Amino acid sequence: MKKTIFMAGIISGLVVTSVAQARDTLSLAGSSTVLPFARIIAEQLGKNPNFKTPVVESGGSSVGKKGVCDGVGTKFIDIGNASSRMKSKELAYCEKNGVKLTEIKVGYDGIVVANSKKGIPLNISKADLGKALTAEIPVNGKWVKNPYKKWSDINPDLPDIAIRVYGPPTTSGTRASYAEMVNQKGYCAKDKEAKAASVARGDKKGKKCRAMRTDGVFIEAGEQDNLIVQKLNEDTSAYGIFGFSYLDQNSDTLQGAVISKTAPTFENIAGNNYSVSRALYYYVKHQHIGVVPGMKEYMAEWTKHWGDEGALSDAGMIPMPKAERAKYKAAMTNLPVLTAADLKK
Amino acid sequence: MNNKIITPLEASNKVKKSIAKRRAKDNRLKLYGRVAISLAVCFLLILFYSIFSKGYSGFFQYYVTLDINFDRERIDPKGDLSDNSLFDGEASKIVNESLFSIIQPQGRKAKKQAKKIVSSGKDVRIAKMVKNDPSLFGTTTKVKFALDDDIDSFLRGYIKRETPESERRISNKIIEYIDKLNEEGRISYEFSDYILSGSASGNPEMAGIKGAFIGSMLTLSVCLLIAFPLGVATAIYLEEVAKKNKITEFIEVNINNLAAVPSVVFGIMGLAIFISIFGMPRSIPLVGGMVLALMTLPTIIISSRAAIRAVPPSVRDAAYGIGASKLQVIFHHVIPLAMPGMLTGTIIGMAQALGETAPLLMIGMVAFIVDVPNSIVDPGTVLPVQIFMWADFAERMFIQKTSAAIIVLLGFLISMNALAVYLRKKLERRW
Repeated sequence: MKKTIFMAGIISGLVVTSVAQARDTLSLAGSSTVLPFARIIAEQLGKNPNFKTPVVESGGSSVGKKGVCDGVGTKFIDIGNASSRMKSKELAYCEKNGVKLTEIKVGYDGIVVANSKKGIPLNISKADLGKALTAEIPVNGKWVKNPYKKWSDINPDLPDIAIRVYGPPTTSGTRASYAEMVNQKGYCAKDKEAKAASVARGDKKGKKCRAMRTDGVFIEAGEQDNLIVQKLNEDTSAYGIFGFSYLDQNSDTLQGAVISKTAPTFENIAGNNYSVSRALYYYVKHQHIGVVPGMKEYMAEWTKHWGDEGALSDAGMIPMPKAERAKYKAAMTNLPVLTAADLKK
Repeated sequence: MNNKIITPLEASNKVKKSIAKRRAKDNRLKLYGRVAISLAVCFLLILFYSIFSKGYSGFFQYYVTLDINFDRERIDPKGDLSDNSLFDGEASKIVNESLFSIIQPQGRKAKKQAKKIVSSGKDVRIAKMVKNDPSLFGTTTKVKFALDDDIDSFLRGYIKRETPESERRISNKIIEYIDKLNEEGRISYEFSDYILSGSASGNPEMAGIKGAFIGSMLTLSVCLLIAFPLGVATAIYLEEVAKKNKITEFIEVNINNLAAVPSVVFGIMGLAIFISIFGMPRSIPLVGGMVLALMTLPTIIISSRAAIRAVPPSVRDAAYGIGASKLQVIFHHVIPLAMPGMLTGTIIGMAQALGETAPLLMIGMVAFIVDVPNSIVDPGTVLPVQIFMWADFAERMFIQKTSAAIIVLLGFLISMNALAVYLRKKLERRW
């Protein structure tokens, strides 16, 4: 009996150690907005017979940024995708674990507020949009729970229907970027009353405004943007917040809201006219370059497709201007280590 | 209480009066049962109808037939048919040239648009063809290529001609080219050769379930190999060998508790133990199978114990009576009789494991994985994960592909359950 237990122990030990060897497949995780683009690149790299196709996991930007920082070693992922930039807190976690990163920006994505073509088109200023969905707004200098029930309560020019907006959950970079650009910068930092009230509560930059409403007006619909698209087709009085590529794919049934007089079109986002757009990043772990095959080639593959007419723009990503492309192409070979100072720029 | 003594006549009158009421109650119960069952059947039919009506078209797609000149110099520059040589070749260019000779695009921009008509998997297709049959070199052969997903959606009528050009994904020019190809009879709607033999892909026209299907098989085999022997051994030990005391009671209670633990918890445990402590790679079917085995163990143990308990004591007594040892009683008499029940429990546990995605999320199997896994240590994904991922992709054509994948998963599940029924019928013994 003892012998068999002993043998079983040895065998299972052998199995475990033989499996826990170096990995030869690149492992990526993170933002579901970057995923469709990363999978195009992964597939292209996989066509090359010298490399296996990288494994691309989803999970949201925070999963990508945290995952790549979890530590060094092949049990951790090699590259983290993110649709919002790394924060100094997240970088500190990285440094604590001894991970060195290089930041590569790959392009832009617009965040759109859209609804069904059968519904009422929205033409709204960024401040009003912020007012609609920020959790707390100031009334006579005091912060109270957002009282607006209808769009027309905010501004009589807006449609006379209940505010109901589907959007991504807190793990999503789309959500983080939206809250920062619309709630914080578009509303709390612009609107006079909100600005004064923010300063009064010791929140000069309006960071507290990033909280979205939780009273059922803003509905978290999960990391699945397609789910939001389907809901909008069924519920014509609701609006949804998601990445531009989904509007692009569904342009025959959905219409994007005109925000601060700019419509969410490819040209407007690429030309930096549409204000609710964010950059897409991936973070490369230095210690894995040369250990896991294909890291450099994966990076290089992006440069082949991220141009104005490349496969990525066809899939809805907004390309970077030429100068920026050159900058990040150089970063792929120079591999500058990301520091807290870089993030402040 | 009414203690008055009643005569038999009164009694029978009373009974007669109440009979109608009791019958009505009986009938009502029957009716409720029928309503419940017909509701369930109704929902099942609606589910099947919506999946099959959407899904069957996912097994088909549009193809274009082109005349391809298999020029060895250009397709296989090194001449050794190796992957590297075919990768360096110009297969895509040859396909484009053949396409251009039919639709005659004028100018660089038109050519660029026209290139997108044929799926980007065209070079892989040619590489596969010449590998299977090198005698194709030097001939001009008609080859069918999948059309790009936007064109496919257009031909299916999801993208409408009437929609203004700015709002649809394909330009007027492309529509013109498609009409031309159609006039020449080069476009056909056929059973897709990608859906069953293709792997995950960002291009919906090339996406298939082979990788996920094989991943599911590998994961399930690992799960079965671990969970079945462990589960049955535990059940035998607890039922036949172990003394009934506080410790075995404690174990029993905990096995029952484990059966009620949400499956995602097993995933977190798998991440903590198999990946963080043992250092196994992420996304491999071996880890997936082990996690699912932990999840199905309680199901198997509980059903196996029930099956063992159902073996009549007379069988055991008879065996002991003719001098069998405990081991002989268990292996010669109890297990064979309990086997149908154990197998049913196992297969139901496996079917449950087949449909799980939550525990796999933590160990990295919810991922975009293109390469078909060759072994249990290659990265792989499973069918429900594939469905979950396709459901989220923006491209229209994935809607039909998702339903098609659901049909395959349902088929898999139904055949597993059918196997369970068959085994039970075959092995069942009455006593």
